[in-house]
Amino acid sequence: MEQISFSLNNKTVMVEANPNDILLWVLRTKLGLTGTKYGCGIGFCGSCTILVDGEAMRSCGMAVSEVAGRQVTTIEGLAIGDKLHPVQESFVMHDAQQCGYCTPGMIMNAVGLLNNNPNPSREEIIEGMNDNLCRCGSYRRITNAVESAAKQMNGGSNK
Amino acid sequence: MKENQIHQLYFDNVDQPVRSINRRNFIKKLGGGLIIVFSLSSFAFKSRSEDDHDKRSDEELDLNAYLRIKEDGTVDCYTGKIEMGQGVITSLAQVLAEELEIPMNTINMVMGDTELCPYDAGTWGSLTTRFFDPLLRAAAAEAKAELLKLASVKLQCAESELMNKDGFVVSKTDTKRKVSYAELTRGQKIVKTISAPPKLKKAEDFKTIGQPIISTDAIKKVTGQAVYTSDIQLPGMLYAYLKRPPAHGAGLKSLDVSRAQSIPGVTIINEDGLIAALHNDPLMAEEAMVKMKAEWEIPEAKMNTASIFEHILKTADSSRTTEEKGDVATGLQEAENIVEANYLDGYKAHASIETHAATAQFEGDKLVMWASTQTPFGTREAVADALNIPLEKVHIKQIFIGGGFGGKIYNQQAIECAKLARLTGKPVQVAWSRQEEFMYDWFRPAAVVKVKAGVQNNGRLSAWNFDIYCAGPRGTQDFYNIPNVKTQIVNGKNVHPFATGAWRAPGNNTTTFARESHIDVVAERVGMDPLEFRLLNIEDPKIRKTLQLAKETFGYTTAKTGTNRGCGIAIGADAGTIVVLLAEVEIDPETGVVKPLRMVCAQDMGQVVNPHGAIVQTEGGLTMGLGYALYEDIEFTGGAVETQNFDTYDIAKFAITPPIECVFVDDMNAPPQGGGEPAIITVGGAIANAVYHACGARVNQMPITPQRILEALA
Repeated sequence: MEQISFSLNNKTVMVEANPNDILLWVLRTKLGLTGTKYGCGIGFCGSCTILVDGEAMRSCGMAVSEVAGRQVTTIEGLAIGDKLHPVQESFVMHDAQQCGYCTPGMIMNAVGLLNNNPNPSREEIIEGMNDNLCRCGSYRRITNAVESAAKQMNGGSNK
Repeated sequence: MKENQIHQLYFDNVDQPVRSINRRNFIKKLGGGLIIVFSLSSFAFKSRSEDDHDKRSDEELDLNAYLRIKEDGTVDCYTGKIEMGQGVITSLAQVLAEELEIPMNTINMVMGDTELCPYDAGTWGSLTTRFFDPLLRAAAAEAKAELLKLASVKLQCAESELMNKDGFVVSKTDTKRKVSYAELTRGQKIVKTISAPPKLKKAEDFKTIGQPIISTDAIKKVTGQAVYTSDIQLPGMLYAYLKRPPAHGAGLKSLDVSRAQSIPGVTIINEDGLIAALHNDPLMAEEAMVKMKAEWEIPEAKMNTASIFEHILKTADSSRTTEEKGDVATGLQEAENIVEANYLDGYKAHASIETHAATAQFEGDKLVMWASTQTPFGTREAVADALNIPLEKVHIKQIFIGGGFGGKIYNQQAIECAKLARLTGKPVQVAWSRQEEFMYDWFRPAAVVKVKAGVQNNGRLSAWNFDIYCAGPRGTQDFYNIPNVKTQIVNGKNVHPFATGAWRAPGNNTTTFARESHIDVVAERVGMDPLEFRLLNIEDPKIRKTLQLAKETFGYTTAKTGTNRGCGIAIGADAGTIVVLLAEVEIDPETGVVKPLRMVCAQDMGQVVNPHGAIVQTEGGLTMGLGYALYEDIEFTGGAVETQNFDTYDIAKFAITPPIECVFVDDMNAPPQGGGEPAIITVGGAIANAVYHACGARVNQMPITPQRILEALA
């Protein structure tokens, strides 16, 4: 066991863990942030997606030591108080979720995508989101939600 | 998410749990207000699947749901149904808001909690809207009438002079003269039972029903606050990992737990076939499970992915006739053309992104449990039976469910979790890994459908012999006006090497694929356009109207839509709803890869309560359907399931989902029909037909893979 420190949702945390412990489980059990979900454990479904230094990563395949000293953002850290992140707001407006289980991973992946490419084409959104799975079949709504969130973040209206 | 926060999030203003058995007692324990109780026995509604609706228990007939207008004017609606993404948490509230004349945001839906909610057999069969809407509306109408009565006394005004509006009873002549529902119910405790159907609002007066309303649970889901079973963490809770055999039917030869036991803090259980490692750190529990050394005796495999269809035909030995019209032998004899083919469908997984999970703890001698279940009451019973404790000693609590699709009707994980909680004396969580999910979630059965059809040169279908192996009768009733029909359902006890069961519109995906593929083949035999052929043979005005709507919306002229492009049609009936799908695809003739270009789906689901929700469900079903039509298949050898994760089980993804247009033959005066399942049944047939019209490959087996397309072209 080691003390591993990193920034989690803009607060510094210190966690006692084995350096190889999988980040997903450290977040869920030791840090109590259960918004990040387990779906497949092999990085194929994207339910566990979080941001590390602003980039979308799969937490089910990462050791906690990999984020030491870095900035980790989970779904719980996206809204500022009651003010939803534009991507979250857009998901609500487009009703881009059904059972909601894959939703945190979808949103984090979309935020990571927009961090890298603030002005993506529809094709780029589809390509960037393609490895996140939704069994309820909300893909088209999610694509629309990400598209309009991008517009809104660039100063347009989020319709 | 800690236990004390859960109450705050999901049980706002809900009374403390009350005893589950003797349901009339729990009315006594509720707080004040106006309580309306309604039961199935008052009305002839079915709540179970169509096959076993006669087996209703007394509990089910006693009391089925109720609503309570509380002293603060908010309304709790209690139902045993659950929310798993199908949107009924929204649409049921919508119906209640309409009939009771209250704002949507004053309604608190309490769902699937076995002690707060009345009995329900399960959330399946697209029954929630069909079954609950009429009951809820009746209860709301009864409540409204009672509130008018109370207001008449309070306002000293005749009931006929008053109306219900936005949570108030208001004078029709002087709108300033009004009293709120809250004020009327304060200090009261009135319990009313509905016995006769009360007067309901007419469709032309609807304000909320028929309005597109966005899911009321969306904020919780986009912020990570929505709590699923595996998100619950109880003080002192142990995470359990079970040692699983490599194949169904395997027997344990030896077990060595010594290396696992050396992990500090681990608890090892080996009782009655339940082998588990438990730890307060899930990673340690998993490590301990891996370190257990088990040797297994695997029975010889009798079938595999390739031989299963032959195996089905050989071993399915029990048949029954579900439809017989005219005389099919004579019909075939007199037919000018006979077209015969077999259609095959492999095993499919539900593959909900949330795996099966359960969290449980004993509070004294009572087991309190959360489970990702479509059947909270059935799970309560299964757990009570497994532990041999009375029903009232098990409480299944309300929870969000991360997808069900029929896979969470049976809940082995709940039994495992309950047993481990008892054996360890501690709170326990069992959350299946994806590998366990592929192994123990039941599959949609592999099936064979044999069709022999007779058709006259003028395009009239004259005979239809339908032999359905392992897919069941749902949706198979003839709607093509064929004079001579015989449908036989064939099953067998030992056909499948693992558990099979319901999968979103059970059987109907397979049989609709077979029928609609075959209709196209028959149409071609007599040189007719597949859509015109269907119009010629279908008389039912509702189906014709739905077909016409789909045709116009698509702008259909011909099945061949361009180079390597084709449009396929499929019609189906499920859960009272008629579905017509037109799907256009493009094929790469070199690789056989199918690219869906567009889908247009027309449905007659009677009254559409929430047009927005209906579109979301339809889009979802069609998207999910692309997976089973094009990609999904389970590889196995005997009881060993080789497909274990999403690296080898492809489901529909963003890139293959085409634009989807959903249209409805909206009849606001008709009763509402099913919405969650019907659309998906048409995807296989429409895609198979589209592939054929695009490139000439007739593929009779799902999934319609590039390899099968290239083989059909060769």
